[in-house]
Amino acid sequence: MPTMDRRTFFKFLAMGVAGSATASLPWLSAAQAETPSLYDLPQKGQARILHLTDLHGQLLPVYFREPNVNLGFGHALGHPPHVVGNALLDKLKLPKGGVEAYAYTYLDFAEAAKKYGKMGGYSHIKTLLNQLRKGAGGQKNTLTLDGGDLWQGSGTSLWTRGVDMVEASNIMGIDVMVGHWEFTYEEQEVLSNVALFKGDFIGQNVRVKEDALMADEYLEMVEKNNGLGLVDEDAGYAFNPYVIKEVGGKRIAVIGQAFPRTANANPPEFFPDWSFGLREDDMRDLVKKVRTEEKPDAVVMLSHNGMDVDIKMAENVPGIDVVFGGHTHDGMPIPVNVKNKAGNNCLVTNAGSNGKFVGVMDLDFRDGKVNMHYKMLPVMTNQLAADKEMEAYLSQMRDTKYDEKIVESRHPKRLFNPERVGKSYKEILEEKLAIADRLLYRRGNFMGTWDQILCNALREEYKADVALSAGVRWGTTTLKGDWITMEDVMNQCSMTYAETYVSDMTGKQLLDVLEQIADNLFDPDPYLQSGGDMVRAGGLDYTIDPTKPLFKRITEAKLDNGKAIDPDTVYKVAGWAVVNRTPDGRLMWDVVRDYIKANKGKDNILALPKINHPKLVNVAKNPGIADYDGDLS
Amino acid sequence: MKRRSFVKGTLSASVAGLAVGAGLIPASLLAEDKKAEEAAAASKDAEATKDAEAKPAGHATSFDSTIVDSAEKSDKIKLKAPDVAENGAVVPVTVDASGLEGVTKIQIIATNNPDAIAGTFNLAEGTVAFASTRIKMGKTGPVIALVTVGDKSFKAQKDVKVTIGGCGG
Repeated sequence: MPTMDRRTFFKFLAMGVAGSATASLPWLSAAQAETPSLYDLPQKGQARILHLTDLHGQLLPVYFREPNVNLGFGHALGHPPHVVGNALLDKLKLPKGGVEAYAYTYLDFAEAAKKYGKMGGYSHIKTLLNQLRKGAGGQKNTLTLDGGDLWQGSGTSLWTRGVDMVEASNIMGIDVMVGHWEFTYEEQEVLSNVALFKGDFIGQNVRVKEDALMADEYLEMVEKNNGLGLVDEDAGYAFNPYVIKEVGGKRIAVIGQAFPRTANANPPEFFPDWSFGLREDDMRDLVKKVRTEEKPDAVVMLSHNGMDVDIKMAENVPGIDVVFGGHTHDGMPIPVNVKNKAGNNCLVTNAGSNGKFVGVMDLDFRDGKVNMHYKMLPVMTNQLAADKEMEAYLSQMRDTKYDEKIVESRHPKRLFNPERVGKSYKEILEEKLAIADRLLYRRGNFMGTWDQILCNALREEYKADVALSAGVRWGTTTLKGDWITMEDVMNQCSMTYAETYVSDMTGKQLLDVLEQIADNLFDPDPYLQSGGDMVRAGGLDYTIDPTKPLFKRITEAKLDNGKAIDPDTVYKVAGWAVVNRTPDGRLMWDVVRDYIKANKGKDNILALPKINHPKLVNVAKNPGIADYDGDLS
Repeated sequence: MKRRSFVKGTLSASVAGLAVGAGLIPASLLAEDKKAEEAAAASKDAEATKDAEAKPAGHATSFDSTIVDSAEKSDKIKLKAPDVAENGAVVPVTVDASGLEGVTKIQIIATNNPDAIAGTFNLAEGTVAFASTRIKMGKTGPVIALVTVGDKSFKAQKDVKVTIGGCGG
């Protein structure tokens, strides 16, 4: 695949900078452009914080297409991250047609992907971090944070129960992290992963339930884990709520915020003893306490709230200098400057997902104040050599054989798949299934082309009228004409609760499900949102007006055959990723793999006859949508 | 003393639904906790998402809403409940009315429940006016702390969203 050489790439960047006064890469002067200096970032100040988030198990470089639909309403209307495509480039004064457009938008994705190559990958990120640490005068002047959703999202992270990610992040030198999908392993597995992790795993809003504190089992588990899992019995903190780090001679307080809706969004059976929640009052008290007792030079929040929630929390909670945010996968090169209710400012960042970006925040302390300089660096694999140590680890890890001890499901009958036993992870994942007939992606508020494959597979498996697939924001992109591999499939489906089901639902029940999930996405109050995208419905066309209230958004639902959904008629609905029970259907990746192999043509191409794009109402003027493939008004 | 040993040493029955500040647990309050649990158990709404819409949003028959309507709003009542319930079957609610003098009763009301009164705590004289329990909520709606001081009533209110699971980012 032809990729741009290093020299041309930097020239290109320089042109972009020249074209706009306040461009994203102001440190790159025209004179420097001839030398590969994009990633040589001289430190401004004493302490440098490096931020990664939402890797979702992607240790290897990936394609990841940013959304063309990321709607915001109310206060969020027209504000980043709810601005897409050209409107986003305009808003952030970024050049068009260049590497920024490739990194931050969906625009001309297929062509740009061919030109610039894959992004991210732990080996390339490691090289970049080494350079950034060197630029800061050594690792002692830097702090590396990971915002969570690190341990899940790939075949290898599932088969190693997150251990591959912990080991890799130890090589990476992650100092502090918070969690969300990390909690979708068993509590004991989480604790043993935390023990293996060389950094600090923190979170003020992960609490041990009172019932657990009053019984013996939980405390016995804590004892077995050398005290991990309970740091303060009165507050119920399962992990340290914050940690103080000395960086460049300055004391930085890092306060942890796990994903508040973990118990709503993921199966509570994995973490029966833990409670999450936003806990804004507790956050306010904690920041105050840390400020008073620890007297840090700066307070930062490492958060998995999601960007809109982070913005609201930064408004409500005084005393935080900067929020390093994740969860909503918004690669935002310029932070949002939030004016606090107490009158001070807080910068809210969000470092995207899948290893595409590294956020770099330089803290310059002078005259009792902290000045902050933020840069987001796209991780371009064709510009960064792969780190040898990381490469060696990854290749050895991927050569591990899938054996009978693998646990890839909750269902006792499906703990491991005998057909995979004896093969190496690499061998399993590199299986070629079919050739993509179009760009396959997931991210976006509504149906993606990858989701359509998942839904088609479920409908075929169960001869279902309709298939539902969760609107998660992870899942990598496959280019048109490329082979769809088992790795791609695992990247769409990898989770510890991927059992599939079919069940009878009345039309009313089906629409109620859609309504309630739409409300989790489009509730005007960010605190009442869940941070996922709309559930994908295969075999179902519907119209949605996101601006309407609960139970009023969805209309004109009909099956692929054009028949309107009748409230009292019973339909066969298939799905997967159930949070409140364990269905006994085959695991999602096996269903999808078999569907792809069975449906490819003689030319090996998997053709998708139809994409169920919902019809959108009241969004035509919203800058959070562009180039939509369905109807809208 | 560790919470576990404290509880073990004090009680044989489960008091999981109750936490009381300052170690003051009058017998009357413990008895009321049992009632609160029964009240919560009585609201039969675990499968609420299915028929949430079918039920009228109004108040149940056993509950006289005029008492709530006529009660005076008070910022001396600190009502703590989550914005979004992690589990509608056990929504943690804490009422701290210790800022008010002479509290005789604390009631927790979920107006959209079939049986709206989720808990009643009659307080003996000299008890810290603080109650913590977990209530069942069938659907999204307001939770009200109704605090009685002699013949006067005060209230605080917070909306709690009860939502469908799944689909996290």
